[in-house]
Amino acid sequence: MKLQEFQAKAQLAGYGIAVPKGQVALTSEDALATARSLGSSHLAVKAQIQAGGRGLAGGVRLVAGAEEAAQAAGALLGSRLATAQTGPQGRQVRQVLVEEAIQSSRNLYLSLSIDAVTGEVVVLAGAEGSDNIEDRLLRGEARLESLPLGAGRELDRKQALELAMRIGLGAELAHRFADLLERLRRAFTELDATLIEINPLAVTARDEFVALDAKIILDDNALFRHPDLAALADEDGDEIEIVAQRRNLNYVRMDGNVGLVVNGAGLGLATLDMVRAANGRPANFMDIRTTATSLDVAFGFTLLLNNPAVRSILVNVHGGGMQPCDIIADGLGVAMRRTGRSCPTVVRLDGNNAEYARFRFDNFGCKVIDCPDMWTAATRAVAAANA
Amino acid sequence: MAILVDHNTRVICQGMTGWAGTHYSAAMMEYGTNVVGGVRLGKGGSHHLNLPVFDTVAEAITVTGANASMIFVPPPTAADAMIEAIEAEMPLVVALTERVPVQDMLRVRDCLKGSRTVLVGPNSQGILAPGLCKIGVMATGSERKGEIGVISRSASLTSEVTAQLSRAGLGQSTTVGIGGDAIHGLSMRDCFELFLRDPDTGGVVVIGEIGGAEEQELAEFVAETRPDIPVVALVVGRHAPAERRMGHAGAFQKGVGDAQSKIDALAAAGAIIASSPHLVGETMRQALQLKAA
Repeated sequence: MKLQEFQAKAQLAGYGIAVPKGQVALTSEDALATARSLGSSHLAVKAQIQAGGRGLAGGVRLVAGAEEAAQAAGALLGSRLATAQTGPQGRQVRQVLVEEAIQSSRNLYLSLSIDAVTGEVVVLAGAEGSDNIEDRLLRGEARLESLPLGAGRELDRKQALELAMRIGLGAELAHRFADLLERLRRAFTELDATLIEINPLAVTARDEFVALDAKIILDDNALFRHPDLAALADEDGDEIEIVAQRRNLNYVRMDGNVGLVVNGAGLGLATLDMVRAANGRPANFMDIRTTATSLDVAFGFTLLLNNPAVRSILVNVHGGGMQPCDIIADGLGVAMRRTGRSCPTVVRLDGNNAEYARFRFDNFGCKVIDCPDMWTAATRAVAAANA
Repeated sequence: MAILVDHNTRVICQGMTGWAGTHYSAAMMEYGTNVVGGVRLGKGGSHHLNLPVFDTVAEAITVTGANASMIFVPPPTAADAMIEAIEAEMPLVVALTERVPVQDMLRVRDCLKGSRTVLVGPNSQGILAPGLCKIGVMATGSERKGEIGVISRSASLTSEVTAQLSRAGLGQSTTVGIGGDAIHGLSMRDCFELFLRDPDTGGVVVIGEIGGAEEQELAEFVAETRPDIPVVALVVGRHAPAERRMGHAGAFQKGVGDAQSKIDALAAAGAIIASSPHLVGETMRQALQLKAA
């Protein structure tokens, strides 16, 4: 789960990390009131969407005075902001963060994350933070220094000081940097984060660190320990995908015309690959979790039947110990009766209760195209979608 | 024979008295696995499925001589269950629990350092040695005894590939689900090494997916050792949407860990890449035929 910038900053502030004074606003009147209360003539108005690259896309406006802040808020609110990370359709801006603009003498980069390769907590720090840090890293124009923390439960102060030196901080700043890092490390562990990124991290004229931006990603599997954070609405998340999660379906929307119904994440990825190899375009990724009931599966089929872009459905199921094939068949039967819709459906059934599932399709009156193997099924589904 | 398990494997189930623990322990016993007891703090001294239940893993080992444990404990306490088993020096621990918090797994990994326990999982479907021993949740019926080892990050693809192998006339020595999470116990490389040392394994199928770099680590090992048994690899997720979590916690795209670089590394190391997920069994059959010729 990703936190919005203003939520992430509030969390960091709770750990004693300095952030600019500010408040989130839903309307330009709100923004005006906040801007006035801040009492600063240099302000920043920042679109709150969960995607990077906002600055370059015009989602961050630096303004002089409350009136201009209200104008900037009015222009951003309700608009769609397309950044390098959102794709061309962009995201709708529903809230803006109005905060004091900080004069920095330098901007650094700092993050804690779990390294995908070593499986350890790692600190990355850079002498230059910026909006397009990923691109600059790829082009070799910027570099990050790393400090592995192992399980991340302790921070060796000497190593932290060395890291500070490596990114060019002087002795006094290095000590403050080590303090900051210790606070971040605590936040990382206690929040069950998988990423905390401060980019840019400003060094002010008075040699203080201020988090100008903040990104926090929380471990979904640990949200049971953080009911307060779990309750924060994931407003940018795809509503359908969130509801599907509650129905034991890992569902990711895509833009093609072949709807996929698959049990298992690995088989789901394999099915995506096969549909693409057959020159088809998947409408979604679906992984029916083993805990899903036939009514959950019916919900999944309903999503596809209600999607006008879906021209055919490909069911690729290998019945397991806990989830035999007939659960999937019942799901389709229920969904077709409820919606009164149907769609050319190509099935490949194998494993537990495959034969019984075919019988269930007949019972429900579902006319399916039964294929002996996954590849035949994928090609038939693609042909049906393009017919 | 098989890897990780044999005729002397004596299994206890941590979390046996819960729904999943009960269901799968019973299914395993039916398959012929020697399940010797269960562990559930507070229920020590009672019986479940006609087996003794103990308060702690250490006690269960002392009384039953168990040498393997499988974990069906829910996510909030799954890591503690793994750590308890590791500290009790259980030789083999198979963790089936899905959705274990990643920071808990950091603790488990710390605890594993220097221990003699082999941890398989979490988020694993388990280990199946056809006709010999099943520790896990996989359906049985399409497996058959034979000489192909299967290493997999995905439960559903293991079932699929097992069925494909059997249809191609190839049995399996052992199938091992190493788990779909980013941080887990036994690695692809270490599992492969176990298969190499097993005289009864004559070929290995590797099922990889996007995320992490385990396939590359395995590729390095294969390139170094140049095994004389065929290695067939399937890596899925070439067409997964970027930056999305695809069901498995370990499987998200983010610049590193893309499918193509894994495929390239394995191919360069001498592994045979299955050209499509439906051709894994057939690819292995042809590889063995070619080797015999």
